[in-house]
Amino acid sequence: MKPVVHFGAAVALLGRFPALAGVDLDVARGEIVLLRGPNGAGKTTLLRACAGLVPVVRGEAVVLGRDLRRDPRAVRRRVGLLGHATALHDDLTVEDNVRFWGRAARADAGDVEAALVVVGLDGDLRDVPAARLSAGQRRRASLACLLARRPELWLLDEPHAGLDAEARNVLDSLIAQAARQGATVLLASHELDRAESLADRVVDLVGGMTVSPPAAAASHPGVDQTAVEGLEPHRVA
Amino acid sequence: MWRDALLVAGRDLRIEARSRVATSQVAPFALLVLVLFAFALDPDTGVLESATPGLFWVAVLFSGLLALSRSAALDESDGVRDALRLSGLEPGGIFLGKAAAVAVQLLALQAVLAAGVIVLYGAEPSGVALLALTCVTGTAAVAATGTLYGALVSGLRVRETLLPLLLLPTLAPVLIGATRAFEAALGGDTLTRGWAWCGLLLFFAVLYTLAGALAYGVLLEGS
Repeated sequence: MKPVVHFGAAVALLGRFPALAGVDLDVARGEIVLLRGPNGAGKTTLLRACAGLVPVVRGEAVVLGRDLRRDPRAVRRRVGLLGHATALHDDLTVEDNVRFWGRAARADAGDVEAALVVVGLDGDLRDVPAARLSAGQRRRASLACLLARRPELWLLDEPHAGLDAEARNVLDSLIAQAARQGATVLLASHELDRAESLADRVVDLVGGMTVSPPAAAASHPGVDQTAVEGLEPHRVA
Repeated sequence: MWRDALLVAGRDLRIEARSRVATSQVAPFALLVLVLFAFALDPDTGVLESATPGLFWVAVLFSGLLALSRSAALDESDGVRDALRLSGLEPGGIFLGKAAAVAVQLLALQAVLAAGVIVLYGAEPSGVALLALTCVTGTAAVAATGTLYGALVSGLRVRETLLPLLLLPTLAPVLIGATRAFEAALGGDTLTRGWAWCGLLLFFAVLYTLAGALAYGVLLEGS
């Protein structure tokens, strides 16, 4: 089976600076891979490159069967990126934000409602303008936007940042459930204990290059495997 | 593409409705411009009456700059531009939606300004069909051009000051055309000439709408 993500000696530039200087990475369908490395190692750039937001200028870069160097737009609708920014409009309510990004990705009303329920923003908070949310609540709203899109490839950049303990557990359960249902997950995190227990394997990045060979790992031993009710977090490939 | 345009227009208009910037800042600013013109040009001398069409459209352009600047800023905040690129929305649809939302705001603004020139300048509307079509075509031209230029300067640190600098000279033909068409409608020229000026506005609107719909994807990627 072809990997969902295949990077071979991939080079990506940020300006004139090579943020990725030779990345080799294969990720299979349903796999959870943790990108590990110090600040500036290229984790965020690699996630953004997988989303087609940072152009790969040399090497091989194939995501979801599409060559990113030829047509990065072809994969974008099928990936979900949870990054440092939340992409929320401050003047819109939580529900308006999730509905807008969900409908942009052709999600129906059921997907939007389910996403709000899963992240715990289905009560009074749904009608609150995003500007009045705490940092953690904004993060949860951003996660709901991702869930409503039902992506095939989850790209998570420090996904636990700003979340409380309960929300972190929900997020871990969602990630594990998504992987069991065939979605592929790439995440970058500095919370290594939690992330390593979640991941099938770890890939180290240093100076924009992958330095560790692929290795199999146990399947999410530290995660509550109970399915989160009411949501199918990814499209069936 | 049309579905995407409706979605984006709905988002932008909802944001404007919730923020109330258009009603609490843009519209009062436009009326303030009219009042200041009235102070500067003594109503008793007749200058104000003859200059009404031009002053109306200058006020529309100045106030429109605020609306256009806000429209561009909506997609600059907190990763929204990246999210738009990932959303799968057609770039042409995003452009049309944003331009349509600005156009709706400008038309509402013109209704306020029309009341203002009637009350403050003593203007007497005539040639209503020509006035209405001039407003529609002039608004479409301003909205399309402004949205395109808004995308062009997005991502730049100086975008808020650069936008008017680039936009106002480009919109000079619109200002001239709309003013002449209004003059004709108000009896200062023949209606035939007025319709000809209106045709120029229509050409400008179609040209920049097509250019924006085609170029917006490139601008979204490049910013």
